[in-house]
Amino acid sequence: MAGAATSRYDCIVIGAGHNGLVCAATLAKGGRSVLVLEAAATVGGAALTREFAPGFRVSAGAHLLHLMPADLLKDLKLASHGLEWAAQRMTSTALLPGGGGLSFGPGAAGEGRSAGGGMASTALLPGGGALSFAPSAAGEGGSAGRGMAKLPDGEGLSAADAQAFADYNARMRRYAAALAPILSRPPPRLGTTAWEDRLSLLRIGWAIRRLGKRDMRELLRIGGMNVFDLLEDNFDSAALKGALGLDAVLGSNFGPRSPGTVLTLLYRLAGEYAAGSAGLSMPKGGMGAVCDALARAASAAGATIRTAATVASVRVEGDRAGGVILESGERIDGNAVISSADPKTTFLGLVGARHLDTGFVRRVHHLRCRGLAAKLHLALDRAPAFNGVSGAASRGRLLIAPSLQHIEHAYNHAKYGEFSSQPVMEITVPTQSDASLAPAGRHVLSAIVQYAPYSLKAGWEEGRARFMDTALDSLERYSPGLRASIVGAELLTPVDMEREFRISGGHWHHGDLAFDQFLMVRPVPGAAQYRTPLAGLFLCGAGCHPGGGVMGIAGRNAARQILGTSVAAP
Amino acid sequence: MTQSPAPHFKQPLQESPFHERARALSQVDSFIPWAGYTTVDVFTTMEQEYFSIRNATTLYDLTPMIKYRVAGPDALPYLNRLLTRDVAKLKADRVAYSVWCNDAGHLIDDGTLFRLGTDDYRLCTAERQLDWLLDSAIGFDVEVAEVTEQIAALAVQGPTSCAVLKSFGLEGVERIKPFEIGYFNLGAIRLTVSRTGFTGDLGYELWMEPDAAVAVWDGLMSAGASRGIRAIGSQALNVARIEAGFVMPNIDFVSAEHTIRTGRDRSPLELGLGWLVDFNKGHFTGRRALLEERARGPQRRLVGLDIEGNKPAHNALLYTDDSGRHEIGSVTSAVWSPTCKRNIALAIVDAPHFHVGSTVWADIYLNRELVWERRMSRARVVERPFFSPERRRATPPADF
Repeated sequence: MAGAATSRYDCIVIGAGHNGLVCAATLAKGGRSVLVLEAAATVGGAALTREFAPGFRVSAGAHLLHLMPADLLKDLKLASHGLEWAAQRMTSTALLPGGGGLSFGPGAAGEGRSAGGGMASTALLPGGGALSFAPSAAGEGGSAGRGMAKLPDGEGLSAADAQAFADYNARMRRYAAALAPILSRPPPRLGTTAWEDRLSLLRIGWAIRRLGKRDMRELLRIGGMNVFDLLEDNFDSAALKGALGLDAVLGSNFGPRSPGTVLTLLYRLAGEYAAGSAGLSMPKGGMGAVCDALARAASAAGATIRTAATVASVRVEGDRAGGVILESGERIDGNAVISSADPKTTFLGLVGARHLDTGFVRRVHHLRCRGLAAKLHLALDRAPAFNGVSGAASRGRLLIAPSLQHIEHAYNHAKYGEFSSQPVMEITVPTQSDASLAPAGRHVLSAIVQYAPYSLKAGWEEGRARFMDTALDSLERYSPGLRASIVGAELLTPVDMEREFRISGGHWHHGDLAFDQFLMVRPVPGAAQYRTPLAGLFLCGAGCHPGGGVMGIAGRNAARQILGTSVAAP
Repeated sequence: MTQSPAPHFKQPLQESPFHERARALSQVDSFIPWAGYTTVDVFTTMEQEYFSIRNATTLYDLTPMIKYRVAGPDALPYLNRLLTRDVAKLKADRVAYSVWCNDAGHLIDDGTLFRLGTDDYRLCTAERQLDWLLDSAIGFDVEVAEVTEQIAALAVQGPTSCAVLKSFGLEGVERIKPFEIGYFNLGAIRLTVSRTGFTGDLGYELWMEPDAAVAVWDGLMSAGASRGIRAIGSQALNVARIEAGFVMPNIDFVSAEHTIRTGRDRSPLELGLGWLVDFNKGHFTGRRALLEERARGPQRRLVGLDIEGNKPAHNALLYTDDSGRHEIGSVTSAVWSPTCKRNIALAIVDAPHFHVGSTVWADIYLNRELVWERRMSRARVVERPFFSPERRRATPPADF
C-alpha cells in the first residue's frame, strides 16, 4: 500500500497540538525542514476552540492558559502571529455552598514578577459568595501577604487563616521558583556517567539546597505528602482548603488524600512560576487561538503543516524510524519522526510492539493514563449569575470544591468505577471576557467536571445523561435558574476525548503526573529524554517531561534535544 | 491469552503420571523437587544410571519441563520477537534450541521450540514465565497457554534407544533426523516423538497424553529389557549434560528476571551461545543491547575447562596463575567425565582469558575424610562439547 516516497523532510512531527506545533516551530527556526501531520481537519489537538452549539464556541479541552512560558510566547512571536488576550491575571473564586464565594485576587498590579497578575480564582460558597484568592498560589515572594490584603474576612476565613495563607503562598512560591528551572530541561538519566546527566541532577539538588536549611527541610517533609494533610496543617477554612486542594488533583487520577498530591501541586505551581506573570489567562477566541498562532509561527519559520493527514504508522527500516505511512497509503520519509501523540498511541499504535523490546512495551502498556476529567459546555441565553458572587469574580475562575472531604468523596466514586454524585468543578464563563464566542447577549459556560472515570462501570452510553444531570444539579445549586437558561449543552467524557483528540484513555496529561511518572521516568524509563529506543523516533507530547496542560515546554525541550542531536540521514 | 486453571498452590509437589512406576523402581528413595513435581534424583546409583545413558537406553521423566502452547496468526512474528533465533527458518515438524533475553540482552531462559503446525508451536522451558510470555504478546494476535500438565513426556536416550523404540512398535522412527518430529499411533495411543535430548547422545523425547503414560513406560521397559534399558534420575543426567556442554539455568546462569545483584545477568554472547543470535532477522527483544555488547566485545564468557588431575573443580575460583592473586572467574559445573576420562568443567572466565587454549588455574577444595585440602590445578580452556559421538547425528542410527 505504501507508494513510492513522495517527499522527504528532516523532521516529521505527528500531531498539531500545541506541543507538536511548538516543536515544529522550534525545529524550523533551527533550520530543519519540518512537516507537521495532523489527523483532524484543523490544528489544535485538544487545545482547540470549536462550535458545540449553533453559534456557540468553546475551548474544547483546557480553557485556561497558565503554564505556557512567557519566553516561549516571545521566542515564537505569538503576539505578532495574532495571539491576543481576552483576560489575564484572572481571579479564582471558591464558590461557597451557602452562597457567596472566597476570591483570590491577583494582587496589586505591577508587583514583582507574577503578582501583576494571574487570573484570580474564586471558590463559590454554598450559601452564596466566594473566597477569592490570588492567582498562582505563587503569591509574591516574600511579599505574598500583600497580594492577599484584600481577602475578605468573610465567612469562615479568620485572621489566622488570612495570615497562614500569606505565609503559605510565600513558601510555595519559593518552592515553585526553585523547581521551575527543572521543567525546561530534559530530565537527567539515572545510572549513567555522562556529565550532562550528573550536572542536571546536581542542578536539581542545588536548587533545593539553595532554599536554605529551613525551607529545604520543609520541602523534603511535604514533598511526599498528600495535599489533604498539608492543607489541614495550614488552614481552618474548609472553602479555602477545598479550593487550594482542587489544583492538586485537577485532571489527574487522584483525590486530595492520594499520596504524592503535594508534588503534583508543586509541579503546577512551578509551571505557573515558569510561565511568568500573566497568571490565569484566556486567549481571545479560546484556546484554539494559541494553536492558530503557533501554526502561523511554525509556517513562518518554514514548517509545512498538513491537516486531515492521519498517520497510520511509523515506518521502521533498518531498525530506525525512517518516516511515516499515512492512512491514505502515502509514504513520507524523514530523518527524524517526532510524535506529540501520547506514548501508548505512539509506541503501541504507530510503531508497534514488534519493533520494541518486551520490557519497554510492558512499561508503556502499564502507563497510567485513564482520564477522570470530563468537560461540560453549556450554551446559555443569558449570563449565568452565581449566588452572592460579584460580576468581577464571575469573569474569573470559579471553583466548586467546598471542602477537601467533598473532593475526596467525589474521588471515592471514581475509584470504584462510578462518577461522582457530587462532582467538583473548575468553571469559566469565557463569554464574560470574550463576546466573540457566542451570539450577542448570549453566553458560554465551560467547566472541567471531576470525577468521570474513563472506565465507567455502567458504561458512558448509559452514564452520560445521568452524569450531565448530576453536573447540572450541582451548578444549579450555586446558580439558581441556570438550567432554564440552557439552549445547548455538550458533555465530553474521557471516552469522547479519547476519540476526538486521539489520546489513549482521554487523559489530559497523556498520563498521570505522579511520582513514578515524573521527570526521568516520564513517560517511561528508556524514553524519558524525548529519545526512544527506536533510533530516529522522538516524543514531544504531554506524556513527556514536564507533562500536560497547555504548556508547550515538552515540545520545546524535545526540539532542543533533537537540534542538539545528529539527525543525519540513515 | 488464557492461563492454566490448574491450582498449583493446592499441592506443593505434584506427582507425574510416571510417578507410580518410578516409585516402584526407586531403590534409594532419593526424590527431589523439580518445577513443582517430585522427581527422582537417583534410582540405584548415579554411576550405574550414567553408564546406561552412554551404553544402553535410559528413561527419564521429563513431564515437569514447562511447556507453553503458542498459537495464532501472529505466532511466528511473536516468537521471532521473543527468541534470538530466526523462527521463520524453522520448518514444520522441526525443533529448534534457542534462548530469549530481556531488553538488556540478558538471558531469561533457554529452551526448545517445537513447530507442530503452521501457526502452532510449543515452547519448552526450564522456568515458569507466563508473565514474560504474556507481556511479550502485547500487540500480537497470539494465544499463549501453559500446557505442562496436559502433556506427559519421557526422554528415551542412549545408543540403543532407536532400537528400543523400533521394537516398541514405532515403525520408521529410525528415519527421524536430529531435531525432527515424528508422529506415531500405537493402538489408541498417540505419540509425538522428537529426536532431541539433554544427554548429547543418540536419543528421543516422547510426548503423550498423561493417560497414556503408564502404558508407554511399561511398553518401553519390556521392549528394552534385552537392551539394558534403565530408568535414570537427575544426577546421572547432569553428568551427561556437562559432557555435552549444555548449560543449566540456575547452575550456569541465573535468569535475568531473577537476578538481584547487578552484573549477575548473562548474555547469550557471554554464555557462548552467540550462534543462536540472529541479528539479521529483524527486531527481537534485547537486539539493540546485544549489538552494543557485540561491538564492545564480551567481558566474560562461559567456556569449557580441561583440568589437570581427577578432582572435580566444584565451585572453584579461577586465577591467572598459581599464586591465586588475580581472580578471573569461577567454575559453574564440574565433573570427572567417565567417558572422556577427563576432569572437565564449565566456567565463566573474564576477558581476555576465555580464548580456547588459554591457561587458567582452578582453586580446588578437597574434603579427605573431613580434612580439607586445597589444590591449585592448571586448566586449559577447550572447545565444547567435551563429548559428541557420531551416533548422536547418524540417521538412521546403528541397530542393536
